[in-house]
Amino acid sequence: MFSLSRKDVTTLAIFSVIVLTMPIWLSPLGAAYPGLMQKFAIYAIFAIGFNILFGLTGYLSFGHAAFLGVGSYTAVWSFKLLSMDMIPALIFAVIFAGIFALFIGYFSLRRSGIYFSILTLAFAQMSYSLAYSVLTPITNGETGLLIARDDPRAIDALLGVNQTTSGMPTPSLLGFDLGGYGGFYICAVVSIAAFFLSQKIFASPFGMALRGIKSNQTRMKYTGFDTKPYMLTAFVISGMFAGLAGGLLAVTDPIAGAERMKWTESGNIVLMTILGGVGTLVGPVVGAWLIKYFENIFSAINVNMLNAFFDFLPEGMQAVMVTILSKFVGEGWHLTLGLMFVVIVVFLPGGLVEGTERLMRWLRRRSKERDEPTGQVVSGRTGNE
Amino acid sequence: MNAFLAQLLNGLDKGGAYALIALGLTLVFGTLGVVNFAHGALFMLGCFCAVTFRYFLTIETVTIDPTKLSPWGAPVEVRTPLVQSWLGDWGAILVDYSVPISVLFTVPVMLVIGIAMERGLIKHFYKRSHAEQILVTFGLAIVLQEIVKSFFGANPKPQPIPADLRMAADVGAWFGMEAQKLTYPLWRLIYLLFSLGVIGAVFAFMRYTTFGMVVRAGMADRETVGLLGIDIDKRFTIVFGMAAVVAGVAGAMYTPLLPPNYHIGMDFLVLSFVVVVVGGMGSLPGAVVAGFLLGVLQSFASMNEVKSIIPGIDQIIIYLVAIVILLVRPRGLMGRSGVMES
Repeated sequence: MFSLSRKDVTTLAIFSVIVLTMPIWLSPLGAAYPGLMQKFAIYAIFAIGFNILFGLTGYLSFGHAAFLGVGSYTAVWSFKLLSMDMIPALIFAVIFAGIFALFIGYFSLRRSGIYFSILTLAFAQMSYSLAYSVLTPITNGETGLLIARDDPRAIDALLGVNQTTSGMPTPSLLGFDLGGYGGFYICAVVSIAAFFLSQKIFASPFGMALRGIKSNQTRMKYTGFDTKPYMLTAFVISGMFAGLAGGLLAVTDPIAGAERMKWTESGNIVLMTILGGVGTLVGPVVGAWLIKYFENIFSAINVNMLNAFFDFLPEGMQAVMVTILSKFVGEGWHLTLGLMFVVIVVFLPGGLVEGTERLMRWLRRRSKERDEPTGQVVSGRTGNE
Repeated sequence: MNAFLAQLLNGLDKGGAYALIALGLTLVFGTLGVVNFAHGALFMLGCFCAVTFRYFLTIETVTIDPTKLSPWGAPVEVRTPLVQSWLGDWGAILVDYSVPISVLFTVPVMLVIGIAMERGLIKHFYKRSHAEQILVTFGLAIVLQEIVKSFFGANPKPQPIPADLRMAADVGAWFGMEAQKLTYPLWRLIYLLFSLGVIGAVFAFMRYTTFGMVVRAGMADRETVGLLGIDIDKRFTIVFGMAAVVAGVAGAMYTPLLPPNYHIGMDFLVLSFVVVVVGGMGSLPGAVVAGFLLGVLQSFASMNEVKSIIPGIDQIIIYLVAIVILLVRPRGLMGRSGVMES
């Protein structure tokens, strides 16, 4: 059950090392604080889950943020009603997001292509609007769902756990507090598990069937293959990943708001996945990290920091550089993001991961051709692809 | 009854804007096969064409009139727009009517922007996957937004309705009802007529000109038209420019109704995608019908009588209707089979 191909084991090992050593390698980049690293790990899970649907089946859901939101709300309710422990919160978040995905998927998967995308978008936007208006008793509307000191917390009361003497209770794992780095390592471990799971799914017969559906659904049907349950399973699994991510968001910061379900959030996860590379294992993770990094670090750079950075230049040059660059950072970080999207799509087709692979292949081929100028036909294929 | 009619007008008005944006979107989709997420940005650029036009018209000279004193004793500053000092009363009228006149300015500007966009970026993406088209056009939309933001700032730029048109039209009286029973803001009425006019013009263009015929043929079968020796790519470029113009003038005329800011396009983008898909991908009449249908339903749902029966319906009606229509009619109202279904 836990066996993986050799290549996958290597990838998993590298991935684990990269995720767990984040505090080290992110510190020169100015991003090594727990809050942001937690987001990196959580959005990696979200992107991995989204990729199981989009990457494997080619069905582009434009409403995935709804599952993230449901996960968050469920987790906070679990904190309020059951226990401040994260385990029941995550379990319920995954289950409820799964049920929700089952419902939406059942209807949306009757259509394909853009009609599917718009159906998922419509369901998600409906959830978002309802969370703001009619469902206020459950979601607490614009304020967002918060925990309070006098919530019932049945399990905690039963076990006699009363973790706080003063202030708000905080989420915990079997009694351990989850603030700061603790929270990050929990998220990191869960994201590694999620990555492992997605590797298993990619390599499984189920994953093969999904790829078959992506490349030619009609042919799959002609071979006597009922594609519907497979699609629905993929949709639900992907929704559960999103629910898990949403639950973790609530664990690291126990508040749930409707804005997490808005279409811009759904759009974000689509962009992350495409940016990194649809259908590749690591691509969506890379995309998620890149966008989150820009969102948090580039937007925080201000003119003073630029001035300090370009201090070595002569005064006039410094002023010019700072004026130009200040358009691209701070308030203007969106501009950099937009330009990055365009540049990456134009120069690295298939996203960062696939594009880089292609570039490497091309470079290797070129260097080989240079080594053998006699004109021997060099096969473009290198290694086992 | 009157409330009903007023809401109908409201809905048609809103639907006019939806239909105009969706029309361009579906036109681009039907001809070029590109999912254009930058279409909302084109609407926004249209809005800012009107803003820019007014900005240039109202460049003014400040003179100090020593004969008059303000209540606290300082000399009064007299501001005269340059146009007014050159052209006299005509200049004043020009400034007053800046929004409708800016449409004339918007058309060439948007045509150039549209063609530049298609030639510069979009044309490289015909053969690429829809996912990559989404990413690149979304990136482009963000870039355009940020450029506009750096010029105009983040605050909305309200545009005035011309003074003569700043009143309520007595619509009821036109149809033989009692006077002042059913009134409606005149500018909204003008917007509705304007959108109907533009829609009519686009349809007539596609239906009755040779150019339109070739484009329709190209939509049906691009390769065959190409084999007949027609440079279909060039036509499609112009169609993209046309779509940009339609979105642009829709935006320019909309500025008095909703002060534009740099992300106004994004707010319309999602709705117009819903409209296009409900109408059926690539179908022009579908987009128009769906635009008006959703606009009208939305304004009916926001009536208090309806809201008291089904609370919260005004927030979700568009999406609810979209879901029902897509589940009942697989390709939207008028979509062709096999388009964008894989």
